Amino acid sequence: MKFKVNGHEVFASTGGRPFDKKKPLIIFVHGSGLTHMTWVLQTRYFAFHGYNALAVDLPGHGLSGGESLKSIEEMADWVSDVVDAVGHKEASLVGHSQGCLVTVECTSRYPDKIKTLSLMGGAGAIPMNPELLSLAENNDPKAVDLMMDWAHGPAGHFGGHPVPGLYHINTGTMLAKSRTIQNTLGVDFRACDNYKNGFEAAKKIKCPTLSILATDDKMCPVKEGKKLASLIDGSQIDIIDNCGHMMLLEEADRVLTVLKKFITTNYPPLSS
Amino acid sequence: MSDKKKELKPNTYKFDTLSLHAGYQPHKNAGSRQVPIYQTTSYLFDDVDHAAALFNLERGGHIYSRISNPTVGVLEERVASLEGGTAALATSSGMSAIFLTVMTLCEAGDHLVVSSQLYGGTVNLFRLTLPKFGIKCTFVKPRDTEGFKKAIQKNTKGIFGELVGNPGNEIMNMPEIAKIAHDAGIPLMVDATYQTPYLCKPFDHGADIVIHSLTKWMAGHGSSMAGILVEGGKFDWMQNDKFPSMTKPYEGYHGLSFAEEFGPTAFTMKARAEGMRDFGPCLSPQNAWNVLQGIETLSVRMKKHCSNAEEMVKYLSNHDSVAWVSHPSVPDHPDHQLAKKLLPNGRGSMIAFGIKGGKDAGVAFINNVKLASHLANVGDTRTLVIHPASGTHSQMDEATLKFAGLSHDMIRLSVGIEDIDDIKNDFEIGFRAARKPRLVSNQ
Repeated sequence: MKFKVNGHEVFASTGGRPFDKKKPLIIFVHGSGLTHMTWVLQTRYFAFHGYNALAVDLPGHGLSGGESLKSIEEMADWVSDVVDAVGHKEASLVGHSQGCLVTVECTSRYPDKIKTLSLMGGAGAIPMNPELLSLAENNDPKAVDLMMDWAHGPAGHFGGHPVPGLYHINTGTMLAKSRTIQNTLGVDFRACDNYKNGFEAAKKIKCPTLSILATDDKMCPVKEGKKLASLIDGSQIDIIDNCGHMMLLEEADRVLTVLKKFITTNYPPLSS
Repeated sequence: MSDKKKELKPNTYKFDTLSLHAGYQPHKNAGSRQVPIYQTTSYLFDDVDHAAALFNLERGGHIYSRISNPTVGVLEERVASLEGGTAALATSSGMSAIFLTVMTLCEAGDHLVVSSQLYGGTVNLFRLTLPKFGIKCTFVKPRDTEGFKKAIQKNTKGIFGELVGNPGNEIMNMPEIAKIAHDAGIPLMVDATYQTPYLCKPFDHGADIVIHSLTKWMAGHGSSMAGILVEGGKFDWMQNDKFPSMTKPYEGYHGLSFAEEFGPTAFTMKARAEGMRDFGPCLSPQNAWNVLQGIETLSVRMKKHCSNAEEMVKYLSNHDSVAWVSHPSVPDHPDHQLAKKLLPNGRGSMIAFGIKGGKDAGVAFINNVKLASHLANVGDTRTLVIHPASGTHSQMDEATLKFAGLSHDMIRLSVGIEDIDDIKNDFEIGFRAARKPRLVSNQ
């Protein structure tokens, strides 16, 4: 569906079901340079089971208009604006990678609005490799190739996509190259590199929180995810073996099972 | 020791490694080093909720082997990885892959622009069968690049061609024709059976959908029928209103928009969800496994196919019984320079040549070779020959044969990987027999 936030058109996938204001809202926030499509193996389930599942394209990404936001703090405020724009008073947030920084910051800023927080491949800070950052800011496609290499574990490199016939690395590459690299990945990487408030923000979070981490994650290693989770009261952790940073696709079923249990327990769906 | 900083390089697997490993993880399959053959029709659901989730495309997984199968899935991922594509869908034959591609793209009232130099079965599909579904085609000679542009109509939904035409070896200028297609907001579909991804990666030259008859060089051993369509993932289905079945809510899946939901894999998702469900040209797991065995040695075989083919081109070019030879490696082939650009790893192993003495000589040649097999296939490890005018293209009338660039003296040769001297010796037997009627008539 399309709607406006701060004067710019926003696209969000609704998981194949019409948006229904009566249903509780879950907002899925993608990682650097990516789009709503990374969430396809989670959103459709929630959309068919009593929720409004909104997988947003951040400004300047995917099918959304406007320019990419330059800081994690701006993105956090923007997510809060999305909740307002679709006519809800509260939401559950799910973030991946950079989306974790955004949702952690958003939850700390708007504690009354955010009811649960689910983090995948998250960390309190994501400092960027300077060469990778430079490649992305200079629109070099090698930045995407490096990101796809580092972001995928065995499933990504060998294959075995949960959806028959899809190949992880090439699909991710096309998503990351769907808009101009320097305007999406370049801006996002810089925003991640600049963001220093993750650990402080985490300390303020009081809502139920889940962290899903993966043993082969090179972008946000398990120890960084654990460090972040340790600062959030009562945070749950689920660690997936033999999986990389793109766990939401590489181990989509496992992620959905854990996420489903966590969200339905802490933020129940509208019963039919 | 050097202090020089090491340059960052992606360590994703390369072609030969992907040929052996892509799409499969042993530890998820009881440690079986070889890909298991999942000889089953259907798959257990965990519970009712799980079943519903699979049917609604909420989760990935298998339901019924007409739609997908784990062994076939390994093949699909492997070919997608080798082509540089986002997704692939394997079918029971190359022809069913073409049919499924067209039916996923088009509706009644639509139009396609199609290269005139195609496998005879493909010509008949486009010329005679698709019009029965309300889909019309305009044929354009593969070298007439401007002709493709002129043939595009308001209702044109795509351009289709074989990169190297069967059997005349004319090459489409893929980069230029891709630009024509994209300027018109339509995709370019390329049948790259003759090349395999080892010789050419059409996505690098602008193609949007690549189709293979896997029966040929990919499987390589003449044992199994299979086809595949591969999606490049760059084509924007939402750029115009030409593809409502990709962009509008689809009744068959609760209002799903394939383009919105699946982006760079939307075409394959639709082809599987709709096409395999409704037409059902599924590949058997045994055949998928056979093709996988072939792909493991693809680069090794293709090198030998190409080196043998270049030897045969030299041999035929200097032979008294041969009127002409067509192969992109020949310097005076009209597409020689284009072939160097599009086929850097070799020009393929299909040769067309004209035998002196016309049709009768051709028949005598075919009937007398012993090592080369006379049959309706290409891309076997063994050398194959056929006389197209009386075989693969025999259902065409004279005018269509001429438009397709076929002549009665043409012999199509698919060069195998036997010892090159044995192939030449066998051809000498054929040529001797071909000369006999003429020698008799000259007396």
